[in-house]
Amino acid sequence: MRGPSLAVKGGILLAVVFAALKFVLPLFTAPLPMSLIWLYLFLATIGIVVYGTLSAESTEALLGPVFRFLSGEGIGGMAKSARLAVLALVPLLVGWQTYSGLVPSSQPPAENRTIHPAPPGEFVGLSNPVPNTPENVMQGRGFYSAFCSPCHGAKFNGNGAASDGFNPPPANFSDPGTIAMLQESYLFWRIKKGGVGLSVEGHPWKSAMPRWEVELSDDMIWKIIMAEYAGAGQKPRTWE
Amino acid sequence: MEHMRNQKSVYAYAALFLVLAFAVAMPVGLAWAEDAPAGAATEYRDIPGMGSRNLIWIVAQQHLLLAGFVLGVPIFAWVCEIVGVRTGDQRYDKLAKEFTKLLTSSYATTALFGGILLFLLIGLYPKLMNYLSDVFFPSFLVYCALFLLETATLYLYWYGWDAMQGSKKGLHLFLGFLLNVFAFFIMVVPNSWATFQASPVVIAEGSMWAKAWTATWNPTWWPVNIHRLIANVVLGGYICGAYAGLKYLMAQNAEERVHYDWMGYVGNFIGVFGLLPLPFAGYWLMREIYQYNQQMGITLMGGFLSWLFILQAMLIGILFVGSNYYFWLGIMHRIPGSEARYRRPILTMLVILLVCLGVWMTPHSLVASLEEARKMGGTHHPLLGVFGVMSAKMTVANLMILVTFMSFIMYWRAGKEETARWAKVAKAGQGVILGIAVIVVVVLGVWGYFVPAITRINYFSTTQVLVVLFVLLTVTPLTGLLMKSARTTTEMVWGVMPARAGYALVLNAVMVILLMTLMGYARSSSRVHWHVYGVMQDTSQYAYSPALGYAAAFMALNTFMFCMLVAFIFWVATLGGEKKGGATDTASVKGKGATSPAAGGAPVPATGRQ
Repeated sequence: MRGPSLAVKGGILLAVVFAALKFVLPLFTAPLPMSLIWLYLFLATIGIVVYGTLSAESTEALLGPVFRFLSGEGIGGMAKSARLAVLALVPLLVGWQTYSGLVPSSQPPAENRTIHPAPPGEFVGLSNPVPNTPENVMQGRGFYSAFCSPCHGAKFNGNGAASDGFNPPPANFSDPGTIAMLQESYLFWRIKKGGVGLSVEGHPWKSAMPRWEVELSDDMIWKIIMAEYAGAGQKPRTWE
Repeated sequence: MEHMRNQKSVYAYAALFLVLAFAVAMPVGLAWAEDAPAGAATEYRDIPGMGSRNLIWIVAQQHLLLAGFVLGVPIFAWVCEIVGVRTGDQRYDKLAKEFTKLLTSSYATTALFGGILLFLLIGLYPKLMNYLSDVFFPSFLVYCALFLLETATLYLYWYGWDAMQGSKKGLHLFLGFLLNVFAFFIMVVPNSWATFQASPVVIAEGSMWAKAWTATWNPTWWPVNIHRLIANVVLGGYICGAYAGLKYLMAQNAEERVHYDWMGYVGNFIGVFGLLPLPFAGYWLMREIYQYNQQMGITLMGGFLSWLFILQAMLIGILFVGSNYYFWLGIMHRIPGSEARYRRPILTMLVILLVCLGVWMTPHSLVASLEEARKMGGTHHPLLGVFGVMSAKMTVANLMILVTFMSFIMYWRAGKEETARWAKVAKAGQGVILGIAVIVVVVLGVWGYFVPAITRINYFSTTQVLVVLFVLLTVTPLTGLLMKSARTTTEMVWGVMPARAGYALVLNAVMVILLMTLMGYARSSSRVHWHVYGVMQDTSQYAYSPALGYAAAFMALNTFMFCMLVAFIFWVATLGGEKKGGATDTASVKGKGATSPAAGGAPVPATGRQ
């Protein structure tokens, strides 16, 4: 194993991981938030350090160049000036990062929103009182088309005509991470009480979901729930 | 000079102890009763400035961590003693004795913190304690009896160690067995009080004993019992590993380095041994919580506490990586000339571990700025969002367990050559079992997205766990049989591990402690504003859940305090040994010949240190 190559390889690997996540992945799908990119870079760094420090030889190959760079040992000529430039750049970068973090901005901070806060006790464990018959599901589809599809989409994918106007966008029911993870009683609560009925636990919540209890009867809501599961090809979470 | 340094250390620790005592005693002395209406009983008392809940939080967490240690250590001290008797290798007996020495000093401190906790609870939460006393008084009596028995047995076990050698060794082993039985029930009884608060079962009719018994058998009692039992072994193993790691870093001669290197290995091995089944127990506990009360389950796994499980993933992940790193360092350093052969498989395992950890740590809803969320179309990423659900988490957790297990198997086999005629077939069989297991785990994980949640939980996840357990239970004995007749090609050399191995052991212990403080907070907070869920509401000024950042600061504080406390206890425990003559009970090293029943081989002292 050659001395400095491991440190260089590690640096290249980190740069490749960063470039792949930041620039290549968005060519195929939505861009990743920086919080996730930092997380993956952190893991890649752990991997480099663990692998690089397995033996005395590899430790020297990984850390030797770093220590030599920091101490300036054996560095002369142009490399010396480059080293000083890098050493001056690092505190400047830290300063810039600190300034960027503290300077007042019109952008709201990144948030860790709680998507599925616990429902109030009275909604826990409710079972759908409406029989799951084709007629009821069909009726539910009708109600869904009238009241829900403008936002949640005719295909139950959260891509309704009005969906672009909302942030966060309406839930995509065909995603196995949404209604398939929830019981019918949970959906009943969310539809009935809407965004304003979200519990304190869900703060800071942002939901434009109307409070449908004002306009729909409980029966209609239960039928809509059946239609949503049927239309999205999902099944509600159950315990039996 | 040495004497003066010791004396200075004594003063320093005494000063630290006094400061700690003062910090606890002063606010307690200032406690006052909240104004209660005339004739009404006091419901709460508070500690000015600090807050009663914060004080209880600290003391309860310290007590729990100490209790975890003193209940975990006897298990493997006893197992080490048995191994010593069965193999005739005195090192195991001495190791067991050294562990037990740490136990005796920790035991008193645990009881001390238990007493402080009890007095504080009675003083600060009289309404709750009255209620719990009414329900559980019979089990208080049982607990007292168990405590007396445990104390007496521990004294006999420790002080009788040297006296009960030779023909009386069987009696000593029996005492060790009793010690563990009493310790187990000492854990189980208070668990019923804590789990009752989360999942109470209350009956209005019946005798005092019937009420207590019904309340004890609440839905989360046994899941917590099993989870804590395993977690205690993990905690005990890693703390003993950290102790050995520090001693190794401070070792003054080759003999000490050999001994503490080996002790560190045993500590890490026990920690990993417990770590492998721990996620299964945790999964069972969460399932029971969901079944008992979905609201509580959602608060934990989907609601505001769900972010704790991302932190949990990070801590467990680092623990897995740290434990594997220690194994890999062992292969590289203890087995000369092994680097070329094992670098590639180690790299493969490392990549799998990190990819799995990346999946485990990816949240369901991502932390994103407004701009990033807009680009993603919400806080769910269309591609990586699938990593956020349980099907993915279960799959990668099982894969990480398999990788860690294979890491251990690789360590076990390193430096040996199988001589059995059926070795090739056995190794191929192991490969097939492992390969099929990986395929089954991954296929079920992917399939889990396309079936109802209940099918995934009841059948797929269970099958994944059973498959992994099957691998553990078949490959281990098969490897043991292979190693029995194996020829040692390269002798393991002890005492040559680099300093970073010692630090890795300390890091692992810190991760476990942080993990326990994290999940302790999660378990308590899942009751939200209830003292006893759905039965007795918290009406104090602290009936709110602290912010996650505030809680994280407390977890860090508790971890730091516990580490300081353990360092103090261990230092006290080693004082006697130092006075008698240098190294503390350093085991005599037998050199070649002894076969380690736990992988590791015979210790061969090395003269140099890398």
